[in-house]
Amino acid sequence: MELLVASAVGLMTACGVYLTLRKRTFPVIVGIAMLSYAVNVFIFASGRLAIGLPAIITEGASYTDPLTQALVLTAIVISFGMTALIVMMALGAFLETGDDYIGMEDDADAPTPPQEGQK
Amino acid sequence: MNHWIIAPVILPALLAPFIVLVMRHDLSLQRVFSTTGTAVLAAISVVLLYTASTNPPEVYFLGNWPAPFGIVLVLDRLSAMMIALTAVLALLVQLYAISTGWDSRGKHFHALFQFQLMGLCGAFLTGDAFNLFVFFEVLLIASYGLMIHGGGAKRLKAGVQYVAYNLVGSTLFLFALASIYSVTGTLNMADLAVKVAELPAGDAALMRVGAVLLLLVFAVKGALVPLQFWLPATYSFAPGPVAALFAVMTKVGAYAVIRTYTLIFPPNTASTGLLFADLLLPAAIITLVVGAIGVMGATSMARMVAFAAIGSMGTLFIAVAQFTPQAMTAGLYYLVHSTLATAALFLVVDLVQDRRSNDSLRAAAPPFGQHGLLAALFFGATIAMAGMPPLSGFLGKLLVLDATRGANMAVIWTAILATSLITIVGFSRAGSQVFWKAHATTTTQTRPEGKAEPLAFAVVFALLAGLAVMTVLAGPITDWLADTSAELFDRMAYINAVLPTAQE
Repeated sequence: MELLVASAVGLMTACGVYLTLRKRTFPVIVGIAMLSYAVNVFIFASGRLAIGLPAIITEGASYTDPLTQALVLTAIVISFGMTALIVMMALGAFLETGDDYIGMEDDADAPTPPQEGQK
Repeated sequence: MNHWIIAPVILPALLAPFIVLVMRHDLSLQRVFSTTGTAVLAAISVVLLYTASTNPPEVYFLGNWPAPFGIVLVLDRLSAMMIALTAVLALLVQLYAISTGWDSRGKHFHALFQFQLMGLCGAFLTGDAFNLFVFFEVLLIASYGLMIHGGGAKRLKAGVQYVAYNLVGSTLFLFALASIYSVTGTLNMADLAVKVAELPAGDAALMRVGAVLLLLVFAVKGALVPLQFWLPATYSFAPGPVAALFAVMTKVGAYAVIRTYTLIFPPNTASTGLLFADLLLPAAIITLVVGAIGVMGATSMARMVAFAAIGSMGTLFIAVAQFTPQAMTAGLYYLVHSTLATAALFLVVDLVQDRRSNDSLRAAAPPFGQHGLLAALFFGATIAMAGMPPLSGFLGKLLVLDATRGANMAVIWTAILATSLITIVGFSRAGSQVFWKAHATTTTQTRPEGKAEPLAFAVVFALLAGLAVMTVLAGPITDWLADTSAELFDRMAYINAVLPTAQE
């Protein structure tokens, strides 16, 4: 089971890193989501892997680490919220600029007129 | 238990939803409540600063759960100082935003601003590593909203980059925390400090991995090379007052480095040793050089200030990487100075951008309203930023130079002195392009009317006055900071406050 979990985390991280380095926003967002899944499994595993054990200490019985479950819950909530946020922002940027490239074109040489929203 | 410790987190946390829910349609009501809230926060922070400087570290047990099982907030001199700095800066920036009307250019400026303050204060107060992650996320979520405040294609695009970069950073933070937890079984900072000190040799490798990952995360926040790429675009496209508030955001990274690597992994830890100093110092020197070259090569004023902010983080981290009390004192002095100086410079540049027809440093533009006054303010702020006498940047750099005598003295002194020169040249070039060459483009003697924004100018003057006060009172301030760094290096005081039963 250790091998399965470890390779799952590794594979997901590898895919996540690859996708995050892409040029368009959609793969980048999918990549970030992938990274956050990988880290969620990783946090879960950091409390040691155990099957079929309760997360509550009862007399005489063995138990699994409850703290990592609380941590992973927090991490899931935050990464879910963040993914929703970046999707909205990417959509806004796409609608505003007409392309979904993540990079900024180098506008260094052309003095740009003040944009809307700016003074 | 002193309940005021939680106030800097609770107050903005309650105020922000109140502003969103009750007064979202009434900007003037938002302004009144939000400014009052920030002013109250500043007052509380002064009280906390006074408490912290007369007492040993104080602990607030959330829900009265004993450490290390519950989350704790710890008030010591460093965290009190950071909160006071944040609150005072926030108050000034908020007055500026109101005066220039920035807060009316999009929705929910004040609510986001309060959430930002909540995240910042929480990050400075918390004594729990996972809770630090949570407060980092709070301040980041608010900063995403503030960054794209006002909209515009460029700003949105820079915002997406900023969010993506920081989301990857957050993932890294979680990887680091999980690795550390798997070794020590705790995430309470004081408990970590105890556990890391008595770590068995077999676990040292995993611990080092976790600790270096953590350093990477803080380097992202602190804009340390090679993880500084998010900063120039973010700061130059963010609204001026938001960029000024962000001056304290990079300092969160510096604070986290100082806290973690003096408390949990001090240089005498068996498993890590001088690893972090050896990693930080070269990165800091390169950061400083990149910042200076960026100031020289920047094509717009806001970008130039962003690179100057990177350079100042380099100087700060050079001092921190020494991990000696004297260098820490110098670093803390420079931290306060560079926060105020960066903020002042961003606000001046925002005032210029508002009046000048373009933001480019390549093309000249005709003179604009309040030309002379803004030139003087720009001059003052850049003197502070570049570290020339008579303002506190000079004293800060002098303290850093004095504290870095030793093995790496030749490299560090060369880097700091040479980059100061490059920065000065870069700033003078920008100043002459914007303020002097303007006269060559026009033959008419009539000047455009300036906008009357007395409060905005007063805020910039206040920031510069703060720098002047730091210069005049440098003696007492460094004495106070010397006590602060002594407290940082006296780990047992912190650990005993959180875990009364811990033994060295």
